[in-house]
Amino acid sequence: MKRDSNAYTVIYASVMVVAVAVMLAFTSQSLQSLQKANEDNDKRRQILRSIHIDVPANEAEDAYKKLINDAFFVDDAGEKTEGDAFAADAIKTFAEGKYPVFVANVKGQTKYIMALQGSGLWGPIWGYIAIDDDRNTVFGADFSHTGETPGLGAEIATTYFSAPFAGKHLFRNGRFCSIAVVKPGKQDGEQDYVDGISGGTITSSAVNRMLFDCLSAYVAFLTSNEIKEDGAVDK
Amino acid sequence: MGLLTSKQKEILLGPLSKNNPVVVQMLGICSALAVTSKLEPAIVMGISVTVVVAFANVIISLLRNTIPNRIRIIVQLVVAAALVTIVSEVLKAFAFEVNKQLSVFVGLIITNCILMGRLEAFALANRPWDSFLDGIGNGLGYGIILVLIGFFRELFGSGSLLGIKVVPQVFYDWGYVDNGLVILPPMALFIVATIIWVHRSRNKELQEN
Repeated sequence: MKRDSNAYTVIYASVMVVAVAVMLAFTSQSLQSLQKANEDNDKRRQILRSIHIDVPANEAEDAYKKLINDAFFVDDAGEKTEGDAFAADAIKTFAEGKYPVFVANVKGQTKYIMALQGSGLWGPIWGYIAIDDDRNTVFGADFSHTGETPGLGAEIATTYFSAPFAGKHLFRNGRFCSIAVVKPGKQDGEQDYVDGISGGTITSSAVNRMLFDCLSAYVAFLTSNEIKEDGAVDK
Repeated sequence: MGLLTSKQKEILLGPLSKNNPVVVQMLGICSALAVTSKLEPAIVMGISVTVVVAFANVIISLLRNTIPNRIRIIVQLVVAAALVTIVSEVLKAFAFEVNKQLSVFVGLIITNCILMGRLEAFALANRPWDSFLDGIGNGLGYGIILVLIGFFRELFGSGSLLGIKVVPQVFYDWGYVDNGLVILPPMALFIVATIIWVHRSRNKELQEN
């Protein structure tokens, strides 16, 4: 068959596409369980980083079991609902009105870790923010992203960006204000703020919006009086 | 005769300077602007492109006598995309942290002009071993420029190299300020232009009248 005949071209293209598809499907299938384990450990590490604990991936599972006592959802009314908050995809549960909360015990003190999710410049961004048991003061935060610009928006994943969140307050005079991500020197004095990333303005604004939108959903939970001394929430 | 003939040496070493893909052939400029605000992603990108170009070159070179002329660009794209996807999947399973850094580059590697340019211009007409050397040479030629740009942008834009502060604190105390403009993509063009200027002035035969 001639190399430039139509039949050869069509057959060549078909064989190539099928061969590549089989190869990719096989690679993906055979590596899936390893990838899932890596992703779960990465999620555990992100949650632990929000309470200032940085462990290597192979120790993440043990550390997570030791430090995170409880994981549940809260609804718009601040009521606790059942469900596997760790395994669930926060984007889906937020759409359903279920917001994940992880309860950690750090040196005898209870910390509540809340999930954040939003859209950055190029794709999803997400994070975890831990608060003290006064349910106002931020203990720590950690942010991640799928594909923000390296060196610019992607810097939100560094401690340089997330460390200043510690000690900030979500409420001012009893009113929910969120925490602003601003250009240095641009704060309005109405709410606590951290510095954004130079050159990563769109991602910084996205984090600002994500903080406000997601934490607003938790306000009922944060202001409910039903949390007992031991940190457990009444049903 | 050593491991490489003189022609093969030229194939391997030419792209590092006289035939550099970025500053002479003007390929891959877009990614050179996008990933060089810090040194580390620039190094990672340079290595990834080298690996992908080398292996894509070998595969296309092996297939070169079977590929129908009218769909050769599509075949090249499929080979490059499949290769990059497989590498990314394997990294996700065995080197998750590296993959997290690389993930954003995957799309950029597939669309990298150097990759398509070398497949089309070299691999389609040469033997696998020569094509492999050509891929390594061009990948490294691209990497060197990226590392140079990344070096200057991180040094002057953030006062650090590979994330480590190198500009002493006393400089800041005396009033030195990091140049935020260098972080932004347009400044990378100025640095590329400066590199081209220096490069051309040292290589008279590259100058156009």
